[in-house]
Amino acid sequence: MIRYAYIIPFLPLLSFFINIAVGKRLPRKGDWVSLATIAAGLAMSIGIFIEVFQAYDPNFKYHVVLPWIGVADRAVFNTGILIDNLTAVMLLVVTIVSTLVHLFSIGYMHGDPRYNRFFAYLSIFSFSMLGLVLAESFLFIYIFWELVGLSSYLLIGFWFEKKSAADAGKKAFIVNRVGDFGFLVGILIIYATCGVLGYDDVFRAIGEGKLSGTLLTLAGIGVFTGAIGKSAQFPLHVWLPDAMEGPTPVSALIHAATMVAAGVYLVGRVYPIFTPDAFLVIACIGLVTLFITATIAVAQNDIKKVLAYSTCSQLGYMILGLGVGGYTAGLAHLATHAAFKACLFLGSGSVIHAVHSQDIQEMGGLRKKMPITFVTFLIATLAISGVPGFSGFYSKDMILGAALEFGMKSQNPLHMIFFLGALFTAGLTAFYMFRLVILTFFGAPKDHHKFDHAHESPPSMWVPLAILATLSFSIWYSGWFGTLIQKPKSVAGLAAISAPAPIATMEHAAVMGDSRGPAPAESQHEKAPSHGTSAPAGASRDAVPATHGESHDGASHDAHIAHMAHSYAMYSSVAVGALGILLAFVVYSLGWINPARVANAVKPLHKFLLNKWYFDELYEATVISGSKAFSRGLAWFDLHVVDGLVNLSAQLGVFVSFLIGKFDNYVVDGAVNGLASVTTGSGSILRRLQTGKLYHYVFVLAGGAVVIFLIKAF
Amino acid sequence: MTLDKLLIVGAALFCCGLYTVMTRRNAVAVLMGVELILNATNINFVAFSFFLTRMMGGQIFAIFVIVLAAAEAAVALAIFLRMFSTTGTVEVDDADQLKG
Repeated sequence: MIRYAYIIPFLPLLSFFINIAVGKRLPRKGDWVSLATIAAGLAMSIGIFIEVFQAYDPNFKYHVVLPWIGVADRAVFNTGILIDNLTAVMLLVVTIVSTLVHLFSIGYMHGDPRYNRFFAYLSIFSFSMLGLVLAESFLFIYIFWELVGLSSYLLIGFWFEKKSAADAGKKAFIVNRVGDFGFLVGILIIYATCGVLGYDDVFRAIGEGKLSGTLLTLAGIGVFTGAIGKSAQFPLHVWLPDAMEGPTPVSALIHAATMVAAGVYLVGRVYPIFTPDAFLVIACIGLVTLFITATIAVAQNDIKKVLAYSTCSQLGYMILGLGVGGYTAGLAHLATHAAFKACLFLGSGSVIHAVHSQDIQEMGGLRKKMPITFVTFLIATLAISGVPGFSGFYSKDMILGAALEFGMKSQNPLHMIFFLGALFTAGLTAFYMFRLVILTFFGAPKDHHKFDHAHESPPSMWVPLAILATLSFSIWYSGWFGTLIQKPKSVAGLAAISAPAPIATMEHAAVMGDSRGPAPAESQHEKAPSHGTSAPAGASRDAVPATHGESHDGASHDAHIAHMAHSYAMYSSVAVGALGILLAFVVYSLGWINPARVANAVKPLHKFLLNKWYFDELYEATVISGSKAFSRGLAWFDLHVVDGLVNLSAQLGVFVSFLIGKFDNYVVDGAVNGLASVTTGSGSILRRLQTGKLYHYVFVLAGGAVVIFLIKAF
Repeated sequence: MTLDKLLIVGAALFCCGLYTVMTRRNAVAVLMGVELILNATNINFVAFSFFLTRMMGGQIFAIFVIVLAAAEAAVALAIFLRMFSTTGTVEVDDADQLKG
């Protein structure tokens, strides 16, 4: 099955062409084409996953490279696919969510005038996303990166008759462009120094020291900038909430489960190139994002906006997890989040479909009307809140553990903030998610007219909800995930002073030379036969398995810290989660505290949160008006300097033409006229020879002959 | 019979033709003068051929000239007929409409 993996992305591409060309004339407007192709992709992904799972090898890798284009022998660019455990998991996540969203859309988009086009766009998105996942080089991930950006733009602005939707599409595209520029710069740095673009080649080149130090940090941050844009991290998170103007299935597919996770996937995919400094930047960005967006989510009243900000916040968790060295944790959260956030979004879609409103102030009591939506929504909310037994608990707990471990091992006490911030936000997450659930599904209906019209959605809509809710239990993830998805060996190596992966290991390496840990370490080392020749080289290798338990003292100390960190993190996260849920019930269900009065008491803060920390206004005041002023300056330059030059040259042309005209009139025409008058003059003289009398001619002829004869004779 | 005598005959005939062409105003008479000149050349062709080469080139050339003269006469007489029907005369001096 894995040999045919390259077919997977092409299935949706085929369906895109079919739907865009003849979709309107197909029965059911072609929705079954898209659904069938993505379902086939899902089947193949499941096959691949089973194959990978049966191998059960952390280092499993299936790698095919084919030459693509090249300039003579220099600069050959390859194409191909790379499937390792991470890819297999991502394939499964993408195809599952995508298939369910296709199914959901059949009900949700029913009767839309551009129904077939919607499915065509979904297909092109699926194609791009699957291509991105399967890419084996920076070049190809960049190509598909841009393609998902395009499909996101098309889908956000799907209802482009609405100005807000069209604007949101443009905003998403332009903000992403900023991030993509950084990504491109990162890729160019890598290509300029290493001369290759395949992941493995780049890792090898960096391992050989072709790119190191500050430049490597910059390259890593550049690549991460792409992830900032696509994964809606601070300071480029502003597009994601606006993107909710798109149809709700799109929000679920692109802006919750798959495309926004692409940034996280990218960071995970190129994990070995990041230097410790780059990791610190990544962790900071993650922390700032998860905190800011969670606080904004508390004050929002639009059901989709709350979910959008919570998505930003959860992506912040993933980025933070990756940044503090919790590779498995971040990617586990990616997978679990994809399921429960897609479930939440589709659930919100179901609610919106029923009450035709997005304002949670107008809902309430819907659990009686929409029991299936309610139950699935509640399960997903429990998952995102980190309640034990649900998937979110499993992954978020790992992230918190990694953050705490990082803080405890770091010599800088400030680094504890990663854990504390994430912990506080975990409580906040539980609070605002339960606020959403309580306001939507519990209590008395606030708008009776809308409540009376509400109804449970058709099966094509609740079946995906049920499947996704089922996938929100931790039982699906625990165990194998930690074994199969393991932190790759860092090639950024040596600068490991404040490395997230442990300072402690640095010291051991220095002390122990090449002595290494047992089993888990061995598997990592297969590809690096020359080990331990110098302390830093040892460090770079030992840095990896440090968290998996070692035989020597330092490592067991490490393992002890890790173990301690993870149990502390677990207890505290459960505690704050429970606290958040409790608070939500106290405020919104029991009414012991009146939220309006609290909001009034801290009015400036509430207003600040309601206005999303004034980010849009800030960008409006700085970047947008700045570029507008710059454009005006350029316009002035264009109008006065460039146009002035053009006008000057025009006047010069007129003057030169005047001179040339005079020359033409007098010199050239004079010559022509002179020639003509010379011709007439000589003609009037010579015409007298032409008598028209035949005997004159004959006489001249005979006379001439006689003259010639005489000349010849004498 | 020598070459000289034949050439004298040819030269005399040529002079007669030339004189006719130069002096006569009637187009038909001019045409007859031209015929005389052609026959003078024919005599020269045949004479030179007979006395100098002993090959039949000159005689054959003379026959060509006779054929050509016949064709020429036919064309020229046709032209004179058209001329007569438009202007009512065949005097060459009167055919000066194209003179500038």
